[in-house]
Amino acid sequence: MTNAPRLFNEVLLEAKNISLFFGGVKALSGVTFDIRKGEIRAIIGPNGAGKTSMLNVINGFYHPQEGTIRYKGEMRRAMRPHRAARQGIARTFQNVALFKGMSTLDNIMTGRLIRMRSNLLFQALYWGPNQREEIKHREFCEQIIDFLEIQAIRKTPVGRLPYGLQKRVELARALAMEPDLLLLDEPMAGMNVEEKEDMCRFVLDVNEQLGTTIALIEHDMGVVMDISDRVVVLDYGRKLADGTPDEVRSDQRVIDAYLGVSH
Amino acid sequence: MFYREAGQFKSTYAKDQAIFPIKQDKLGVLAIFLFALLVVPFFASTYWLNSILVPFLVFAMAAIGLNILTGYCGQVSLGTGGFMACGAFFTFKLTTAFPEINIVLIILMAGFGTALVGIAFGLPSLRIKGFYLAIATLAAQFFLIWMFTQNPWWTNYNPAGVITAPPRALFGDFYITGALATPLNKYLFLLCFVAVMALVAKNLVRSAVGRAWMAVRDMDIAAEIIGIRPMFAKLSAFAISSFYIGIAGALWAFMYTASVEALAFEVTRSFQVLFMIIIGGLGSILGSFLGAAFIVLLPILLSNAPALLGIRMSTDMIAHLEFMIFGALIILFLILEPHGLARLWQLAKEKLRRWPFPY
Repeated sequence: MTNAPRLFNEVLLEAKNISLFFGGVKALSGVTFDIRKGEIRAIIGPNGAGKTSMLNVINGFYHPQEGTIRYKGEMRRAMRPHRAARQGIARTFQNVALFKGMSTLDNIMTGRLIRMRSNLLFQALYWGPNQREEIKHREFCEQIIDFLEIQAIRKTPVGRLPYGLQKRVELARALAMEPDLLLLDEPMAGMNVEEKEDMCRFVLDVNEQLGTTIALIEHDMGVVMDISDRVVVLDYGRKLADGTPDEVRSDQRVIDAYLGVSH
Repeated sequence: MFYREAGQFKSTYAKDQAIFPIKQDKLGVLAIFLFALLVVPFFASTYWLNSILVPFLVFAMAAIGLNILTGYCGQVSLGTGGFMACGAFFTFKLTTAFPEINIVLIILMAGFGTALVGIAFGLPSLRIKGFYLAIATLAAQFFLIWMFTQNPWWTNYNPAGVITAPPRALFGDFYITGALATPLNKYLFLLCFVAVMALVAKNLVRSAVGRAWMAVRDMDIAAEIIGIRPMFAKLSAFAISSFYIGIAGALWAFMYTASVEALAFEVTRSFQVLFMIIIGGLGSILGSFLGAAFIVLLPILLSNAPALLGIRMSTDMIAHLEFMIFGALIILFLILEPHGLARLWQLAKEKLRRWPFPY
């Protein structure tokens, strides 16, 4: 399948010279790359390359010692994760991070919390503005449930769901936030081929139908090369290569990093 | 056969989100409430009202409060006794200073005061969790009791350090505290008050703030990443929990014991309420009631069991046996059903839905 590369011009997020240390360990050193509005951006690299650290920096979970992040034209060095969430950055985790004691629906509804406005008094009475709000957000969540085809497990506690479905619920929760930028940390890890295909379809649908910009980490090269618009390659906390899947695939340094070099 | 959802179609989200979405639940709760309101008063003796039903309702209130904090928001607290003392002493100071204000308003105001104290002592939860937080709340417990025992101002300089409930009426001459209050008055007031407060708690936990609490409980990092402010979630849980516990303390002092000293709210009281929510079920309003019933009723049942069975025993023997059996039952119970009585009821409901044709 050959796709003409899609073109994106507007920069949504720009990371400049990001360096992150944990004591003596350099997780990231001088990484610079950008994410453009509307694209699917993949971050790849061998284990320990700093991919997850990069996502953690973007959504404010880690605070880099050096470098800046410009998001929606606004400069910042560090930010609290809940501030990042309110500015439209959502993410999923490598190891599923759902609220195990709550039902699927409640998990997705937590994604709407940043948009809920009614005060405690109305919540205590479950009446008036609060009830209207609950119903309005429930409708939105039901659209996501339809979109991701998880109607049947709406009321099931997520702790009881199989792994593949948990990953899907986590995506649903992130989508409920109506993010501008969606960070997916290995959305297809540990899935079989059919589940991966489903997940790819959802990622592409989210990107096309909702227009969400997506940055994803993935180890399955087939998936990465297939769905992403641009790929950035990290190794030992440094940027190795950056470009379209075809450019990256033929880059000698990337091949060396993945396959090893003979000395 | 009788308890099933089949045929109850919900065509709007409002119906699906109702507090009791299943008809049998709604009717069941209503029936229990009406039974307690209209039938129980005709049969219950003064002993039953004073020593069983009133403490049960007061403890249910305290258990709801602690359940909001520990069961829903996941913040362990051993300061329950201290917060109950706050409610009791605040109510006493307020009602003696402003005798003309209705006692219910006074109790609610004392609840708000306790909520502020709860927020202050909840601040460490922003930094520490688990056992360390438990120890921090234990400090609150000791500090508050110390403050109320050392400072005679709190008891209006009573030489014995005791506060005694002054006579206060809900309306007219319907006295609910003091010497003029009949056990029946107290019981009826408590029943309605606790029922309303339980409904409010239920509404809170199924609204936005409740979801924020549960998210913090289940995975605080993920909660922050989807935009929940941890500070708001934790401190609101501390505030609302302390509000309930403070009210429970006021009810304990004014309606159950009628006169009380600060030492009645020692750390054993904290543990007692903690037992209730663990046995009743963490993260369940119903569980708070079941746990309170278990802890209040079982000792009474055990101490009366020999007489009921026709076995003659010395009172010492009964008292010691009661402790032993009670302890053994708690251990046994936690091994058999670690999720508490509420979970047992949940399982029973799932069985009932299929009965008599499980397949």
